[in-house]
Amino acid sequence: MEPSTSTSVNKVKTKQSSKLSRFLTSRKAAPYVFVTPFIVSFLLLFLYPMIQAVIMSFQQVLPGQVEFIGLRNYERLLNPEFYRALLNTSIYVVFTVLILVALPVILAVFLNSKLLKFRNFFRASLFVPALTSVIVAGVIFRMMFGESETAVINEIIGFFGISPVEWRYGSVSGMFLMVMLAAWRWIGVNILYFLAGLQNVSEELYEAADIDGANAFQKFFSVTLPSLKPVIIFVSTITIINGFRMFEESFVFWQNNSPGNIGLTVVGYIYQEGISQNDMGFGAAIGVVLMIIIFIVSIIQLKFVGAFKED
Amino acid sequence: MKKSLSLLLIPGLFLAACGGNGGSEGAGGSEAEDTSVIGPDSEEATELTFWTFNEQHIGVYEPAVKRWNEENPDRQIQLTAEVFPIDQMNNNLRLALQSGEGAPDIADIEVSHFGSFLEGDVQFESMNDQVEPVLEDMVEGRLDLYSKDDNYYGLPYHVGATVMYYNEEIMDEAGVDIDSIETWDDYVEAGKQVTENTDSMMTTVETTDQFTFWPLIAQQGSDYFNEDGEVILDNETNVESLQFMNDMVHEHEIAEIAPGGDHHEEQYYGYMNDGGAASLMMPMWYMGRFIDYMEDLEGKIQIRPLPRWEEDGNRTSGMGGTGTVVTNQTEKPELAKEFLAEAKLTEEGNIDLWTELGFDPPMYSVWDSEEMGESNKYYEYFHDDIFDMLLELNDEVEGLNITPETSDVTNEINTNVLNSAVRQQSSTPQEALEQAAESVRSGMSE
Repeated sequence: MEPSTSTSVNKVKTKQSSKLSRFLTSRKAAPYVFVTPFIVSFLLLFLYPMIQAVIMSFQQVLPGQVEFIGLRNYERLLNPEFYRALLNTSIYVVFTVLILVALPVILAVFLNSKLLKFRNFFRASLFVPALTSVIVAGVIFRMMFGESETAVINEIIGFFGISPVEWRYGSVSGMFLMVMLAAWRWIGVNILYFLAGLQNVSEELYEAADIDGANAFQKFFSVTLPSLKPVIIFVSTITIINGFRMFEESFVFWQNNSPGNIGLTVVGYIYQEGISQNDMGFGAAIGVVLMIIIFIVSIIQLKFVGAFKED
Repeated sequence: MKKSLSLLLIPGLFLAACGGNGGSEGAGGSEAEDTSVIGPDSEEATELTFWTFNEQHIGVYEPAVKRWNEENPDRQIQLTAEVFPIDQMNNNLRLALQSGEGAPDIADIEVSHFGSFLEGDVQFESMNDQVEPVLEDMVEGRLDLYSKDDNYYGLPYHVGATVMYYNEEIMDEAGVDIDSIETWDDYVEAGKQVTENTDSMMTTVETTDQFTFWPLIAQQGSDYFNEDGEVILDNETNVESLQFMNDMVHEHEIAEIAPGGDHHEEQYYGYMNDGGAASLMMPMWYMGRFIDYMEDLEGKIQIRPLPRWEEDGNRTSGMGGTGTVVTNQTEKPELAKEFLAEAKLTEEGNIDLWTELGFDPPMYSVWDSEEMGESNKYYEYFHDDIFDMLLELNDEVEGLNITPETSDVTNEINTNVLNSAVRQQSSTPQEALEQAAESVRSGMSE
């Protein structure tokens, strides 16, 4: 009797496991199984908070007293401080996109050239800033750009006869500091993207260009740039989104208050109103508006460069 | 190639790793910077948690836990103190109170944020049963800061009497007797003598913080809000005081804007330590900064009351401060409240506030006690007549009107008003204050 029971148990086991494996390997189910972790985390960590934030933007949120107040949070958005935040952020986005796309492309081309010596050293050293914390880098920047005559940068421009600048107090120099910090930090990462893109540019195109008698500039503009287009679209999209979300670059220079709000960004405004001033409903309203802005800008940009076209 | 690349990465990684400790100021993360456990590690002891943003504050609870456990052997406690950067602590506490879980038993809240923590249903335990028996002996204005609807919620650490710190060496060089400075007019005259006869400025003013402007208006009985919570930021006194700040810098040229923007900047400490300015108006609790950051000035600094505005005007104002609260999420409200009272509302506790922290304790009945006269590092640095002077000023500390919008005003002052009216001179004091007042009024609900 014994052997037969054990075989029947075994049979049941194989049946069960084969059922499971059949489910896992079936063409219909497998894709869903694989995307489940993403779907779950998307629903829990993204969609739910987003819906909550939209609801909250119509509320006044205080401990024990949460009430709907209609559109009042949105009405309050029409104030000079918010415009200032929006203006600062937009200027910052424009500059970072220009700098963080143009410079890395050029540097990547150089770093890709076999004529350049020590290029691994340069590649690595340009990438290192990306590994530092913005906060640490910001502290150093703040000291370098101090307003006293003995601060490093003021001493350097002093050699050229320029009088000391109060870097952290003017709107132009303030913007310069933020863009500078962001550029210093992200150039290395973007170079990596472009270097990767350059590996895919086929040598034959350059050979053909050589045969046609193209010089280095013509090759760059007619071969390299068009081939890098997908990477450029990707990098500029990321830079635009990161620019609108920018917070730390302003925070490290001025913490929560910058003189005359020269460093106020939209996210900084969310933090200031929603968290520091305990007005989460208003903060949520700013957040919703920011989300809409990023959405619209990204759509326009992607449409403009033809990313939706299938080719 | 790979090897050289990874070698280069090492310093970068190191720098990145340092970011976690050095720069966690307010940005992200919810871990405490530092945790200390005070009291016996026994099973009977009840655990209480305490959040603060100033490590120094813990100093007053160490002796308090010891006293409490000696006096109450059957109700022992163990206090876990966690230190966070201030913004992070406020955020954590706000979210914990909003969501109804995760708050500590006891917490420190800085005065300009206190008002906004009292919005909605108050999430703190009323301390009235502890405060009322000793109210007579306390500087009442300091308790009122942390109260709402006749309930006291927060207990203060200090009076924060604003005083003038004079660098005697520079004043002597300029030929000014500091005791002859009675009024602000005298002060300006003395300042002109200082700038003429020495290389130093008379003083510095803050443009990114409010500890020049607020004391000046509070000294004259003015404030940001009146007793009914209405904005009076743009009243005549305040406009004139802001004009006075402006004049000191631009017309009389006896003051300059503090290097770094305010009196808590590395740049300022270095400047002051090198004799950059002959005097400084800050509250008593600033003594600790002198000791920690300006070693070269030891023995050279004399503390005096502020110059008066009018003949019988006040010579000080209570500034800054932190209220310690018991939250309603504590499991042992009575124990937490009684312990907090032991730390802050007893004579021993108040003496500790001075000897451990160098604060001017809010219970003035201890100011002339013997223990207060014993020599310590503060007396060594600043001479030993500090409390004789404070006793004189006792009646001249006026309360402030703290409202939920106080942090809005603070924000306007530090961001726009002082910058445009004093630093950039892009608007007149009147315009700057009116604009700020308007902005705060429009943000007030209803």
